Amino acid sequence: MKKILYVSLLLLISGNAHAALNVFACEPEWAALTQQLAGDKVSIYTATGALQDSHRVEARPSLIAKARRANLVVCTGAELEMAWLPVVLRESGNSAVQPGNSGYFEAAQSVQMLEVPTRLDRADGDVHAAGNPHIQTDPRNFLTIADALSKRLIQLDPAHIAHYQQQLATFNQQWHAAIAKWEKQSAPLRGVAIIVQHRSFPYLNNWLGLKQVAELEPKPGMEPSAAYLGQVLNQLQQHPAKMVVRAAYQDGRPSEWIAERAHISAVMLPFTVGGTPQSGDLFALFDDTIQRLLEGLK
Amino acid sequence: MFNKTYLGVAIAALLVHPFNASAASDADLQAIREQIQQLKQSYEQRIAQLEQRLQSAEATSKQAVAAAAQAQTTAQQTSVAQTAPRAVASTGGEGAFNPAISLILGGTYGTLRQNPAIPATGFAMNPNPGHERGFNLGESELGISANIDANYRGVATLALDPAGGVGVENAFVQTSALGNGLNLKFGRYFSGLGYLNEQHAHAWDFVDQPLVYAALWGNQLGEDGLQAKWLAPTDTFIEVGGELGRGRGFPGSDRIKNGAGSGVLFAHVGDDIGIEHSWRFGASLHKTHAADRISDAVPDLLGTAGGVSNSFSGDSQTTGLDFVWKYSPNGNISERYLKLQGEYFRRKESGLLTYDTAGANLTDSFSVTQSGWYLQSVYQFMPRWRAGLRYDRLDPGIASVGALNVGNVISSYGFQPTRTSLMLDYSQSEFSRLRLQLARDNSRQGLPDNQFFVQYIMSLGAHGAHQY
Repeated sequence: MKKILYVSLLLLISGNAHAALNVFACEPEWAALTQQLAGDKVSIYTATGALQDSHRVEARPSLIAKARRANLVVCTGAELEMAWLPVVLRESGNSAVQPGNSGYFEAAQSVQMLEVPTRLDRADGDVHAAGNPHIQTDPRNFLTIADALSKRLIQLDPAHIAHYQQQLATFNQQWHAAIAKWEKQSAPLRGVAIIVQHRSFPYLNNWLGLKQVAELEPKPGMEPSAAYLGQVLNQLQQHPAKMVVRAAYQDGRPSEWIAERAHISAVMLPFTVGGTPQSGDLFALFDDTIQRLLEGLK
Repeated sequence: MFNKTYLGVAIAALLVHPFNASAASDADLQAIREQIQQLKQSYEQRIAQLEQRLQSAEATSKQAVAAAAQAQTTAQQTSVAQTAPRAVASTGGEGAFNPAISLILGGTYGTLRQNPAIPATGFAMNPNPGHERGFNLGESELGISANIDANYRGVATLALDPAGGVGVENAFVQTSALGNGLNLKFGRYFSGLGYLNEQHAHAWDFVDQPLVYAALWGNQLGEDGLQAKWLAPTDTFIEVGGELGRGRGFPGSDRIKNGAGSGVLFAHVGDDIGIEHSWRFGASLHKTHAADRISDAVPDLLGTAGGVSNSFSGDSQTTGLDFVWKYSPNGNISERYLKLQGEYFRRKESGLLTYDTAGANLTDSFSVTQSGWYLQSVYQFMPRWRAGLRYDRLDPGIASVGALNVGNVISSYGFQPTRTSLMLDYSQSEFSRLRLQLARDNSRQGLPDNQFFVQYIMSLGAHGAHQY
C-alpha cells in the first residue's frame, strides 16, 4: 500500500517535469508577454482572469499549489497584488520565488511610475505608495519590461539564451512597428477630455494624450455613490468630456448612468489580454483599446 | 551612472520617433515636444539635486581631508539613490513599514435576554466564552510582523484586554527559505486544525464563533509548539501538516513536564473549478491529555444549588472535517460572491472524573463523546454589502459514568443545543466593517434567547493579506 502511494506520488511529480520553466503570471498581460518572449520554453499559469479585479483576489488553494511548482513568478508589483500574493508565496513553500530571489519578477521595477503619492493616508482611498500600478495600459512600458523579463528568463534558463534573445529581438521589432501604427491611428484622440471610473488609465492617458477631467470613484477603490455621481454630472457641465472610460472587470452601471445623462459615450476597455473577445493577445489588446476609444469619439 | 529606466525610455523615444516622423501631424509634433520637455525637466531637476549634493559634499571636504573622503562616498551613494528611484520604491508591500504594524479596533453592543454566563446544556465542563451585554470594547489587536532575515519571518499578535493587561495571542517564527513545499512554524500560533481555527477574530464572518468552536476549543485553539507543513508538488492543492505542542489550552491542561502535551495532524485538499468556483476540504485529528482539568458550577443529579466543581484527568481525542466552497461570477470578488462553509468535530474523552472536589470528592471512570457542527453561508450581494446565515448544533453525547458516581454525575441530557444566526455587514473600504447580527439561541434547555449585536471592526496600519 505504502509503495503504491509512493509510486503514484512520484508519478505526480514527474508528470509535470518536461517544460523547461514553470511560470506563474499574476495577470494575463504578463502571461502574454512571457509567451511572446519564451515561446515553447515555458509552461504558463495565469493566476487572475481578465474580468477579475487584480487588487482583490483570494489566496486560493489552487494559486498556492501553482506557486509551489513555479520557477518564475511574473507580477505587476507596486502593491497591486498585496492582498493575496504574499500569502500565496509564503504558503507555497517555494524559496525560489520569494521576493528578492531570481524567481520573482516585478514588471513595475522596469517602468517609470506615475501618480506616486506625495502623502500616504488611507483617507485618500486605495493609493499605492509606489505609484499607480496599472502600467500595462501604455505599450511603451512593455519594451523596458520585455528587456528585463528576457534577461531574467536567460538567467533562469541559460541553456536557451539564443532562443530568448531571438524572441526578444522579434518582439521588439514587431512592437515598435505596432506602437508606430497605434500612435498614428490614435492621433484624433490627442487632447480629448475623458472621465474614468477608477484611476486605471494614467499610463494610457499619458501615452495617447487623453485629458482626464474627472473620476467616478470619490476616492480610489471606493464605489461611486449616487450623490457623488450627481456631483460629477454637474461638474461635467463646466468641463465637458467626450466619453467615460472603464476597465472590463468593473461594474458598468456607474459609467452608463453618467453616459446616459451627460449624452456622452461609455467606453469599456479590455484593460488586459482577454478583457474583451477581440483582445486575444498583446497586439490585439491595443488594437482593440484604440478601436474602442475611436468609436467613443463618434 | 545612467539609470536603466531612463536609458530605456530614451531609447524607446528614439526608436519610436522615426516611425512617427512619416506621419508627423502638428499634434504629434506637439506631443513629442512635450515628451522631450518632460524628459529635459526631469533631467534638469536631477542635475540640480546632484549639484546640490556635490556642493554639500565639497563643503564638508574643506573641513577635513579625512571627512571629505567619507563625504564623497556618501555623495556617491546618495546620487545612486537619486538616479535609481525604482530601487527605493521596491520596498513596498509589507516591508513599507519595517516591521509591518497593524492595529485592529473592535467593539460590540449586545442585547441578550438570558445570562450569557450560563453554558450550553450538557457542556458545563467545557469552556463558555459567552457574550457581553451592552457596550463592550472588544480586544484591540496589535500585530507586528516582518522578515527577520532571509530565512525567518516573525509575527506577533498582542491582544489588548479592555480591562487592562496584554495577552500574547500569537508570537511565532516561520521559515521562508526551506523550499520543497516545506513550512515550519514555532512559537505560539493558532493550530492549523479545521478551517476557522487559524482565522483571527477580525476576519470572522459573524460576531462570534460557531457553538462547536466555543464549546470544544474555547473559541480557538492556540498552541505553544512547533508546526510543520508540506505542500505536494501537484496541480491540485494537497497539504499535510502536523503539530507538537504544550497542550496548554482546553481540552488539554497546562503541565510541568518534559515532552509534548498535544499533537495535531491535518490535511487539506483544494482546487478551482473554472474561474468562478474554488473549494477546500480538510480533515484533522487532535490528541491531548488533561490532568486535573477543573470545571466549576457543573449541574449534578442531586440538583446541588450552584452546581459542583469537578476535575477530569484523561485522554482527549478530536477528529474534524471541514469544507469551504466559494463562488463568484467571473471570479470577481469585489462585485459579488457566495461562500458556503461547514465543519464537524467529534471528541472522545475517557479517564477519571472526580465529582465535587470541594465536598464528596469521589473519583471514578468517565468517558463521553461530544460532537457539534455548523453550516454557514455569506453572500456579498453588492459591493460593500454582505449578508450571512449560520446554523449551529451541538450534541453532548451520553457519558458512561463509573459506579461510584452513577448517582451524582449527569450522563445524559436528552437535549441538543442549537442556534441560528443572521448577519448583515457593510464595509466602506477593506479597512472598516460595521455589522448587525441577530441570533435565536436554543443552546440552553428551557432558556431560549434572542440575541442582538452591533459590531465594528477597524484596521489601522499595515493590512496583511488574508488567508483563503
